[in-house]
Amino acid sequence: MAEDGSNKPGRRQFVASCLGMAGSAGVLGLLLGTYSEQSKARPAWAIRPPGALAEDDFASACVRCGLCVRACPYDTLKLAELGDGVTAGTPYFVARQVPCEMCPDIPCVEACPTGALTKELKDIRKAEMGVAVLTSRDTCYAVARGANCRACYLACPIKDEAISMERRQTDGRGYFEPTVYRDKCTGCGKCEQACVTAEASIKVLPRDLVRHDRPGGVGKKV
Amino acid sequence: MEAITASPPPVRGFLARNQWLLARRTSQITILALFLIGPWFGVWWLKGNLASSLFLDTLPLTDPFVLLQSYAGGHAIATTALLGAITVLVIYALIGGRVYCSWVCPINIVTDAAHWLRTTLRIGANWQPRKGTRLWILAASIGASAATGAIAWELVNPVTMLQRGLVFGLGLAWIIVLAVFLFDLMVSRRGWCSYLCPVGAFYGIAGKVSLVRVSAVRRSACTDCGDCFRVCPEPHVIVPALKPKDPQASPVILSGDCTNCGRCLDVCADDVFEMGGRFGKRA
Repeated sequence: MAEDGSNKPGRRQFVASCLGMAGSAGVLGLLLGTYSEQSKARPAWAIRPPGALAEDDFASACVRCGLCVRACPYDTLKLAELGDGVTAGTPYFVARQVPCEMCPDIPCVEACPTGALTKELKDIRKAEMGVAVLTSRDTCYAVARGANCRACYLACPIKDEAISMERRQTDGRGYFEPTVYRDKCTGCGKCEQACVTAEASIKVLPRDLVRHDRPGGVGKKV
Repeated sequence: MEAITASPPPVRGFLARNQWLLARRTSQITILALFLIGPWFGVWWLKGNLASSLFLDTLPLTDPFVLLQSYAGGHAIATTALLGAITVLVIYALIGGRVYCSWVCPINIVTDAAHWLRTTLRIGANWQPRKGTRLWILAASIGASAATGAIAWELVNPVTMLQRGLVFGLGLAWIIVLAVFLFDLMVSRRGWCSYLCPVGAFYGIAGKVSLVRVSAVRRSACTDCGDCFRVCPEPHVIVPALKPKDPQASPVILSGDCTNCGRCLDVCADDVFEMGGRFGKRA
């Protein structure tokens, strides 16, 4: 059996050990890959900075250096810590806590060394961090109680373009409803932060969570 | 032949026996401090973290291993990041690739502490992975990045997790650091840095050509005490330079695995080793 030398113990052992290592590396690669795939899920309350690539591309583009966080003059952005529920080391903000102030010079994008926050974003009003959605009409003071609350509308840095208070009628009861225009809303989160109800009745959601099959705003202008 | 001195070598003081170790700790702490004086005192000399940073608001520095995974994950490399990675590669190609491990990496302090405690407590249990394991982990990281389109190793990398944690907020990353500490303490002697870490493996490859090298210039003075082998995290690198089969062989330690930590210079009572150039003088 051992005439051609291919079965010499040395070589056989070498081949076996190489196969073993390659197998282990393969298993590790699969585990790492599964974890990596899993980690792409992002909770809806975590909003990416302006100019962030779509989540799928962001995962390979962001090196987790935190330069955007350092560039943010309002301490809006933070780097996810392990256990936050967001991929560790990636930047995000929670609109209810500290919303984006929409700096005209977009320093966070300027600071990004990899293009994970794309420099194609030149005008902060074109940012698509998310979309504000009136998530709880039944708790919104203006809608549910007909109150003259328009905290969200007043907080919006581009009011009348991204949000307006629209007069509505239900069962003969008149009220004003905060109405968001999806094509103008940047998802800065000022409205969510300003909302006076205990749990915000208007929230910024990642764009991919919001229906895209209707023309016009999230709420339609009457 | 060199004359053999009759008198025993003079007793070396604490500083002489620990100067490289102290220099190394100073370097590790200084680099960490450079990142920390920004958030702590508003002195922004160095922004970011080890993955990517900006020095004095002008010089970008980027970890080439992270960037390689990013590229494998399908992201086109941006100019700033590329410049940063080339700068880092050039620096390590000059001073030694795994200088990253022994002079920069914060996990090194953790694993050195584990090794010290292991020695002090005389913990004998030792599972040694095969020597090439970290290269396979390196390959697996790049493969997983390519397959999933994400920077795979950064999800588990204790090096960047600890460093980023210290600069930006640790979260639960201390658990990973503790795991590495316990692994090195109870399971595997110098297991993490010498066998598993793909970051070290990457810098080892990058530093194969490096100019600064340790050399066993006065190997004829070696008394076979074995101190350098005991203290070295990668003892196999010493053999071809200190005890070559061919007596004419270069005394320079050429293996990319050598971290240029200089601990052998510290412990050698016979002053065999020297930190020098790759093309340094012969014995």
